[in-house]
Amino acid sequence: MSISKKDVEHIAKLARIEIGEKEKERFAVELSSILGFVEKLNEADTADIKPAAGGTLLENEMRPDEAVDAALDGKQVEILAAVPERKDSWVKVRSVFE
Amino acid sequence: MDISKLTIKNIAGGLRKKEFSVTELVSSYRDAIVKGDPAIHAYLEVFDDALHEAGERDKMLQSSSGLPPLFGIPMAIKDNIMIEGRRATAGSCILENYTATYDATVITKLKNQGVIFLGKTNLDEFAMGSSTENSAFGPTKNPHDADRVPGGSSGGSAAAVAANFAAAALGSDTGGSIRQPAALCGVVGLKPTYGAVSRHGLIAMASSLDQIGPFAKTVEDAETVFRAISGPDAFDATAAKDYSFREIGGDLKGITVGIPKEYFAEGLDQEVKALIQTALKKMENAGAHLHEISLPHTAFALPAYYIVVPSEVSANLARFDGIRYGLRRDKEKLFDTYAHTRAAGFGAEVKRRIMLGTYALSAGYYDAYYVKAQKIRTLIRQDFEKAFLTVDVIAGPTTPTPAFRFNEKTDDPLAMYLNDIYTVAVNLAGIPAISMPAGFVEKDGSKLPAGLQLVGSRFGESKLFGIAKEVEKIIPTR
Repeated sequence: MSISKKDVEHIAKLARIEIGEKEKERFAVELSSILGFVEKLNEADTADIKPAAGGTLLENEMRPDEAVDAALDGKQVEILAAVPERKDSWVKVRSVFE
Repeated sequence: MDISKLTIKNIAGGLRKKEFSVTELVSSYRDAIVKGDPAIHAYLEVFDDALHEAGERDKMLQSSSGLPPLFGIPMAIKDNIMIEGRRATAGSCILENYTATYDATVITKLKNQGVIFLGKTNLDEFAMGSSTENSAFGPTKNPHDADRVPGGSSGGSAAAVAANFAAAALGSDTGGSIRQPAALCGVVGLKPTYGAVSRHGLIAMASSLDQIGPFAKTVEDAETVFRAISGPDAFDATAAKDYSFREIGGDLKGITVGIPKEYFAEGLDQEVKALIQTALKKMENAGAHLHEISLPHTAFALPAYYIVVPSEVSANLARFDGIRYGLRRDKEKLFDTYAHTRAAGFGAEVKRRIMLGTYALSAGYYDAYYVKAQKIRTLIRQDFEKAFLTVDVIAGPTTPTPAFRFNEKTDDPLAMYLNDIYTVAVNLAGIPAISMPAGFVEKDGSKLPAGLQLVGSRFGESKLFGIAKEVEKIIPTR
């Protein structure tokens, strides 16, 4: 499967990563190469095989719908300290709607 | 104090017999780091308060009996595992100044035993890589040869143990990131069964594969650390609810060792092959039955891995958007803030895998790539399940070659990926595996370690360690 520069632009947009022109060309080559390698998967017969659902065999691991605060008690200061731009306990962001 | 001979076991003995204090111990390791780490760069950060911590442990030594097995043991921690109040960079610019706000569960468990954390170790950015060359903060050198890589992604932790900058370390393994550097640095490394060790507090790469595990000088030491960090955790829904590890004795007499024919095919360095075959012969002489087996879907493991992992990576790294933590490159529009933050914060390999994963999961491609890869994963799991019906353990080389030179594989991502050819299937199947030193090969005048990999069945760490301890007695490692 060959990835074109246009494909790279589309993927970069979905992935929210700004890519420069030179980078786009390089990624097109590298991604095409890797995708060529994974084409190998098509040689496997997986007709009646169920896809694995993650890494665990556990299912429906639930807990009671109760707040468990202990772990985050008193952590607000630390958590807010990491915010790049904020006002009090509000995280400042650019306008979500244009 | 000659720290090169120290193991968790003999440190524990020495402390209890009052042959030395925790302060002397930590001092010696810190001196070694100051003297030797500028050349190796195993550590991203060395904790200055480790000596103060040591002093606190020494006070406790006076009064208590019945100390936990890891009491006072100096350990190094891979920088994608969070320790509250300390920096956690994941080897990335995007988290260069990030401070962890909570302890990983494994850290809580180690703290409860009185472990001393010496510092955080270097890694490939977000654990993506097999050489630690992808770290945003410079590479780590292999202690056996400064022109060669220590392996990755847990290169810093492997090098720290190999260079005697810590008695043991923690790393993480998603496709071989503990076992491969363990093999290249000549130390023991274990990837536990998926779900044996909590992932809470591990900066996630591929959530269905990631596992935290120990690096140590001996198999018994690795077992002691594994025992400390494993077990259920309410904060990790994938951690097994009822797994508790018991040490059992092993005996090689009468056990069946499966040798996958696919792991001895082309691509395996002849000298590494010879070392592994010697080790296997010794196991046979000790009474083990060697039995050739086939893992027929081996060739599909690497391709499946390089669909599943990038797909999960693209989801797990979406949180790094410059909004709540980490680097922010502010622009006029929100979209551009995301796009420029991520462009500036992530390195090339990380971007490559995010892009690959975004593509594989995108509309029109999800079935062809991700679902297909997950079906292969089921087949790989079945290969191992079938094998373990007839064998007790599977054995083979951990890596196809010994440590390679810096920049040797950085031009071609695929060449780098091939280092994990014997390790990835184990992660896809979710089963445990340990790499242990199997001797040295010589390349261009350098003596380089090679690793023997032993693979066990799901939650079969007891048996795996039992066998590994016996194997360790009979194969030369130094």
